[in-house]
Amino acid sequence: MSATIDQLVNREYQYGFSTDIESDTLPPGLSEDTVRFISAKKNEPEWLLEWRLKAYRRWLTMKEPHWPNVTYPPIDYQASSYYSAPKSVKPLGSLDEVDPKLLETYAKLGISLNEQKRLSGVAVDAVFDSVSVGTTFREELAKEGIIFCSFSEAVREHGDLVRQYLGSVIPYSDNFFAALNSAVFSDGSFCYIPKGVRCPMELSTYFRINQETTGQFERTLIVADEGSYVSYLEGCTAPKRDTNQLHAAVVEIVALDNATVKYSTVQNWYAGDENGLGGIYNFVTKRGKAMKNSKISWTQVETGSAITWKYPSVILQGDNSVGEFYSVAVASKMQQADTGTKMIHIGRNTKSNIVSKGISAMKGQNSYRGKVHILPKAEGARNYTQCDSMLVGNECGAHTFPYIEVQNNSAILEHEASTSKIGEDQIFYLKQRGLDAEQAVSMIVSGFCKEVFKELPMEFALEAQQLLGITLEGSVG
Amino acid sequence: MSTTLLAPALLSQATAAASAQAPDALRAQREAGARAFEQLGLPTTKVEDWHYTSVASLADASFVPMNGDASGVTAEQLAPYLFSTSWPTLVFVNGVHAPSLSTIDALPDGIRVLPMAQAMTTLGDQVARQLGTAAPADRDGFTALNASFLGEGAVVHVAKEMVVDTPVHLLFVTTDKGVGGMQHPRVLLYAERHAKATVIESWVGLTDGAYFSNPVAEVMVEDGATLNHLKIQREGRQAYHVSTIEARQGRDSHYVSFCFTTGGQLSRTNIYTVLDGEGCGTTLNGLTMLDGEQHGDVQTRIEHAKPNCFSRQIYKSILDDTSHGVFNGKVFVRDIAQQTDGKQTNNTLLLSKTAQVDAKPQLEIYADDVKCTHGATVGQIDQTALFYMKSRGIDADMSRQLLTYAFAAETLETIENETIRDELEGVTMRRFTSSD
Repeated sequence: MSATIDQLVNREYQYGFSTDIESDTLPPGLSEDTVRFISAKKNEPEWLLEWRLKAYRRWLTMKEPHWPNVTYPPIDYQASSYYSAPKSVKPLGSLDEVDPKLLETYAKLGISLNEQKRLSGVAVDAVFDSVSVGTTFREELAKEGIIFCSFSEAVREHGDLVRQYLGSVIPYSDNFFAALNSAVFSDGSFCYIPKGVRCPMELSTYFRINQETTGQFERTLIVADEGSYVSYLEGCTAPKRDTNQLHAAVVEIVALDNATVKYSTVQNWYAGDENGLGGIYNFVTKRGKAMKNSKISWTQVETGSAITWKYPSVILQGDNSVGEFYSVAVASKMQQADTGTKMIHIGRNTKSNIVSKGISAMKGQNSYRGKVHILPKAEGARNYTQCDSMLVGNECGAHTFPYIEVQNNSAILEHEASTSKIGEDQIFYLKQRGLDAEQAVSMIVSGFCKEVFKELPMEFALEAQQLLGITLEGSVG
Repeated sequence: MSTTLLAPALLSQATAAASAQAPDALRAQREAGARAFEQLGLPTTKVEDWHYTSVASLADASFVPMNGDASGVTAEQLAPYLFSTSWPTLVFVNGVHAPSLSTIDALPDGIRVLPMAQAMTTLGDQVARQLGTAAPADRDGFTALNASFLGEGAVVHVAKEMVVDTPVHLLFVTTDKGVGGMQHPRVLLYAERHAKATVIESWVGLTDGAYFSNPVAEVMVEDGATLNHLKIQREGRQAYHVSTIEARQGRDSHYVSFCFTTGGQLSRTNIYTVLDGEGCGTTLNGLTMLDGEQHGDVQTRIEHAKPNCFSRQIYKSILDDTSHGVFNGKVFVRDIAQQTDGKQTNNTLLLSKTAQVDAKPQLEIYADDVKCTHGATVGQIDQTALFYMKSRGIDADMSRQLLTYAFAAETLETIENETIRDELEGVTMRRFTSSD
């Protein structure tokens, strides 16, 4: 039986191609000049350069954190290149001007910008290495007053908005990787939903690392003004490389009074091979600030990356605000994932809901690390946490590190965790119903993850389910 | 960012103790302890295991070793803490064994209960060999400190295949004479194969002054043995209490621990056990009730090192006023420990607005064929239950008392010995029904 599992887990990474495009890549190395170079390259205003430099200087004084339950060789921050852009970048009027080779890449990834434009009604902002290459559906969104564009463009055209909210949730001094990102971030997406507007379509960003030895440091800023609604999707892939590449992104979400933001991620960076060679180090800081009656919901499906270190969090600042976190994290081959969430309850009657499903297979190590903090003023706060782990194979590990801190007695908290394996009896049952072992496992796993998948937008849920099938292929037998 | 606190007063005391007159076996241990303490110091809150409990006030305090002055202590004073006068009881007053108050003449067959000093002379090497095996001096600053003062304490030894029904009671009392002092007793509990026994370790403060208790218990539960170990901590309101219990278990053995905590201004109990034989298991239960400005921390760590072992935990806390409760339960499953079955429950009831709790139930699993769950809840008294009782004609105060007691009773009911259970249930009941 285990032969089938092995086959399942071992399937090739299908996004592992690389695109041969001429690109402008800064030689490896990091210094104040690098920061100035990036800023100048993007024609950034003085205030942003100052902010980057402050971040860089702070970063120099910080130490790389080592508390996550992961191990990796020391990262040489000077060996990475901090800027890589497809060469043909010039201001783009429409998608038709995008390098056809790039479009081909995205087509391979299954997100043909043209297709999407017409058929799926999802507005996509695609980030290739460090630069945003095209945003679809610009006009339609503009009609509603929605701003959805690359970060550099937002800095140029909506400087005031960016300046007001940049760093308001994750200050440049927040942590080591956030500081690094603040100093050298190259591009990313910016999204602003005006008061009372319900965004008519899903917004989506697609990230792709193409160049070898580049790190990707993108920054996403989403501002949902009072009473607005937006659902935002993010997907990531990278080519197969033997070296480890660093990805240190920052995502900030601001949900003003009565706003709702749904943020969904399907992360499928290259995970390295079965010997742990290559793969992306995914060290990401994601946080949202929820004001009165607002809601921020994080949904993530993490199947890729050699190492994942990521805690999408919500600061429940306003009264009655709601934070949600739904996660499926898969660690297979030699992958290590240390992921979870933080819910900081500050306002009255704030609610948070955490559902985390971890799947470990082959030699994967999967940790859930979460914190629920109820501050003294958070009268009537409510939290429910559920974290389940599933083990496939006897060389993997599943760990939970929940931190529960309560300073108000009217709060009600529940935390449940369980760890179990796919039972032989479950597989046997499904097999005698006519399914083969592989289908049986896939069915059990998708049942296990159902609660999370149902939170994903339709097209993403399908992709996630397939992705999970692929990642676990060969791990059962 | 330093992770250790220098405690110069404690260190100089420890060094002095290490170089004092003592039997050779003890002396080596003490020196190792003092050396380790010099290295380790006391943990800061930067140390993950001490994140929620700051012992900075201990580092600044200057306690001196207690002198064992037992004058003025009468049997009547101890009576409320005894459970039963007919049980073998070894009494320690202000850190030193008090023979006149102890009653260990009529021991049941198969069990030996000795104060440490006597055990060192009669059993010599046997004891020396055991010291520091389960709880090594260099585990942390507190075990190091305990090792450097090694000499007081007790040894309880149960011979193979002996089932001893009568519990043995080790009672550590601190009076006004012990104020400003510290004690570092070592308790060795040894259950040979297929033996069964119950040992109570009581910590009582008859004073409102500050003192510091730092006991270490090392527990060996051999193949097939069952050991019930109850730790009843009712230290004085100003006391510091940091205790470490480390158990090693053999095949098919069962270690049952109950940890009852109501005393101390700052208390911390570490209960660590290694399930080191196939088919063995452990049950760790506890109840913490705090009020005023008390800080109480319980940490458990269960290491599943062999296949087919089970662990069960129920820890409850009831926190009132501005007290602060901490629970950290770690279940660690090694890769070979297949068929592990682990369950952990942690519930906290907050009675006042200003009470706070930090809980960290933790699972670290490196094997695949396991069944491990944990659950944690924090809340106040259920308003629906309160309303229901009121609708049945029970007034609000009484309903609240009953519900609070019922919350606590769930853990107390797990105590096997009826006398101890009744007594602790009584203590709990009185705590919530007496009018204040």
